[in-house]
Amino acid sequence: MKRLTGITRIWRAVILSIIGFYMLLPIVAMADFSTRAGVDGGRTFDSWAAIPSAPGLLESIAVSLQLAFLAVVGILVLLVPTMIWVHLRLPLMRRPLEVLCLLPIAIPAIVIVVGIAPIYRWLSQFFGSSPLSLAFIYTILTFPFAYRAVNTSLRSVDVNTLAEAARTLGASWPRTIAEVIIPNIRNGILGACVISIALVLGEFTISSLLNYETMQVVINLLGKREGQISVAVSLAALIFAFVLLVAIPTSGKKQEVGQGVD
Amino acid sequence: MKVQKRVVVAGVAAATLMLATACSSTDSTDTGAGVDAATATSAADFGGMEGLVTACEAEGKLNVIALPPDWANYGVIIQGFIDKYGIEVDSQQPDANSQDEINAAVSNAGTDRAPDVFDLGQGVALANTDKFTPYMVERFADIPTAFKDANGLWVNDYGGFMAIGYDANKVPEITSIGDLLGPDYKGAVALNGDPTQASAGWNGVMMASIANGGNVDDIAPGVEFFKNLNAAGNFLPVDPTPATIESGQTPVVFDWDYLQAGQVAGLAEKGIDWRIFVPEGAVVGGYYYQAVNADAPNPACARLWQEYLYSPDGQNEWLRGGARPVLADVYSAEGTLDAEAFAKLPPVTGDPVVANDQQVVVGTEYLVGNWAAAVGG
Amino acid sequence: MTQTHTVETGPSERGAGLRHILRFLPYLGVLPFLLLVGVFFLWPTFIVVTQAFIDDQGSFTLEYVTTVATSEVNLNAFRNSIQISVVTSILGGIFGGLLAWALANSRRHGMFRRATMAASGVFAQFGGVMLAFAFLATFGFNGLVTLFFSENFGDSFLSNPTWLYGIWGLCVVYTFFQIPLMLIVFLPAVEGLRGEWREANDSLGGSTWRYWRHVGGPVLLPSFMGAVLLLFANAFSAYATAAALISQGSPIVPLQIRGALGSEVALEGAAFGKALALGMVLVVGVVMIGYVLLQRRVSRWEQ
Repeated sequence: MKRLTGITRIWRAVILSIIGFYMLLPIVAMADFSTRAGVDGGRTFDSWAAIPSAPGLLESIAVSLQLAFLAVVGILVLLVPTMIWVHLRLPLMRRPLEVLCLLPIAIPAIVIVVGIAPIYRWLSQFFGSSPLSLAFIYTILTFPFAYRAVNTSLRSVDVNTLAEAARTLGASWPRTIAEVIIPNIRNGILGACVISIALVLGEFTISSLLNYETMQVVINLLGKREGQISVAVSLAALIFAFVLLVAIPTSGKKQEVGQGVD
Repeated sequence: MKVQKRVVVAGVAAATLMLATACSSTDSTDTGAGVDAATATSAADFGGMEGLVTACEAEGKLNVIALPPDWANYGVIIQGFIDKYGIEVDSQQPDANSQDEINAAVSNAGTDRAPDVFDLGQGVALANTDKFTPYMVERFADIPTAFKDANGLWVNDYGGFMAIGYDANKVPEITSIGDLLGPDYKGAVALNGDPTQASAGWNGVMMASIANGGNVDDIAPGVEFFKNLNAAGNFLPVDPTPATIESGQTPVVFDWDYLQAGQVAGLAEKGIDWRIFVPEGAVVGGYYYQAVNADAPNPACARLWQEYLYSPDGQNEWLRGGARPVLADVYSAEGTLDAEAFAKLPPVTGDPVVANDQQVVVGTEYLVGNWAAAVGG
Repeated sequence: MTQTHTVETGPSERGAGLRHILRFLPYLGVLPFLLLVGVFFLWPTFIVVTQAFIDDQGSFTLEYVTTVATSEVNLNAFRNSIQISVVTSILGGIFGGLLAWALANSRRHGMFRRATMAASGVFAQFGGVMLAFAFLATFGFNGLVTLFFSENFGDSFLSNPTWLYGIWGLCVVYTFFQIPLMLIVFLPAVEGLRGEWREANDSLGGSTWRYWRHVGGPVLLPSFMGAVLLLFANAFSAYATAAALISQGSPIVPLQIRGALGSEVALEGAAFGKALALGMVLVVGVVMIGYVLLQRRVSRWEQ
């Protein structure tokens, strides 16, 4: 831990206060706006109490939560194994994989949604027209962030050496991956999952332009009819996501490389 | 899978029906499932209204789209349909516009989420008639010729005139459109929709055009008016919604008169005195187009919905919502129209003007090139 | 590489053939991944990019692309989008960078750090619609700041909320999620600055300025530039916040796409939407290539 000199501490405090003020101001404003009680001032939690009865909101939250779950499944079942496999066995694919995972930033959702309608039409013949079919595209949207999180873990822990050691000691590939690699990159995987949940819960572009009613779409609709309730819901959702991200440790005890295989 | 099951059921039903009609004569009590209802062009094809109701009850569901509850009283209309026939109604995307309706029909084609019926603005309706299937309601013959397609592909349902609504407690009374350029209306005037995208917005600019010396072929004076409005700092580039009206953000709104009329009562409860003004000599009218989706997943219910809308029940509710239903005169003569509600419609002086397809295209072209620059978008 | 030089017949030769095939077997492992990405991502992109050149009769046309490239309305939208992206990525880069430095000095697993990182994750990736409402509650009509200024300062700039719906409004709102994103992306680089370098600098008599000028700065520069490029791409592509904030008018490209897809009166929409999307892909593509090149330089340092 670095010792902080006096100047550094002052600079730090100044920066944190200014930026902190800018970031927290809208949050405070949301709390204020959603608790106003008419023109005479005073506070009320009426709009918060009205949240459960807001039309379509609870169903859309259920839909979004299910989509988040499916996206996490997609990451665990598809992305993580692929990344591990490429990292260990297919070094030539490392660059292409990285590029593919970075593409959702280069080709944003607003572009994808323009071209994806015919695909979803074809898809609905097999999977029905449930909003859960969004899970496919959502999983891909999480890739840039999930890839980053898992990749950082993969590189900080020397998986190649670990794998080699395990294989030399006679472990099969599945066993190596499941019992040696994954526990060591557990934090990266956890981080990827948590970020993906936040991403899916916050996704608006594709669901609104494909006309599915996810949580964000309904919140937006709510904003046109009930100003205060929509602000209350937004604040509640932000707080929920914050609690989720704080509570789940994504950078816990770091496994130091070179501690030996004991 | 669901799709295969439905195909099988439809196939069996079709076969049964063919057998039944081959053997029996006129009355067919069994209307069958999907296939038959999808091509029915009137209630007679179902063996009368009772047959239609039975067929719809068999389907059990209706998908409607883009019907906000406070738009021409659709909330009451939908609930009335549910109460009368016990059918489940899925009211999708209440805030969608006409183009969104067509987009939804296209992207959900063949699924059970597709909308069963459309309620479209003129431009989108006439451009997409290939998506409709003809159906003639019981009173089809009584609807004036100008308000329907001869084959029943579409029928006008209700209409109104473009008006300026305002909160009398926040801004002074409006007696002419030029008033809006004054300092009392700073940051106060909103147009319902971007005129390059929404037909309500388009007609608002057209009304401003006619009120400023233009005509239905020339929308430029309207754009000029809004440009001046913006320069004076009076134009607010925000979609007016019930929330913005209530909060006082948009005290002056350009919108269809019936949409505004539908909100007056609710706003009065919140202490807002909402008044509606139609400029003299600048009466821009618009009717909406009702049609059945050729791909409707619930074709019988789609048709029953049509019958309901054009019955005195439906027409009166639209009237109570401040709109002018197409069968108003017919039902008024027959005494089934709500005379009180009829009397409450905002008075109109001057000859109403309705832009036709071509004029909409010309106007839109001008808007696409000039609107953004005029209002600094 | 285990190629034998002598050509042998018999079992070894068959073995060589099998080994050849077996070498490609591990690649099957990435097949499901490629399938998902191919169907749901690459294919729609292909559709967008190619159908921007096809009219409604199905024949090739440059009409849509040339209209988008020449019409004042569309060009203006691109200008605005780029302007907003440049401004917010620089602002986000500077303030986010400073924040990263401030945070790097704090306790690694302390509560403050965790809370800040969590909040950053929320704002950067989760925000969208909710941030738009947050800013409406702050600077909009009846917003906290608006009311404060109109009550205490009369008719000042901040008492009239129309600026929020314009370019500068978008800048202010976008910076709000650019700063946290910068923090998330740039913090690992700042943490990569070894303490020993600073100590070495100090023990050799160098000042703080010299340290940053000759050691810290050059090391961080590629990461910083890369992060700023990422921020640019993020701002350029952002849709949700603007869509929730701006209901009328389409000052930026993503909103123009929304308009093209949903217009009730200009009915050739979908094709223009694809042409606009193609334009977006080109702009963001160039930026992302720059990012990847910078990342290569960064990984050299991290070895």
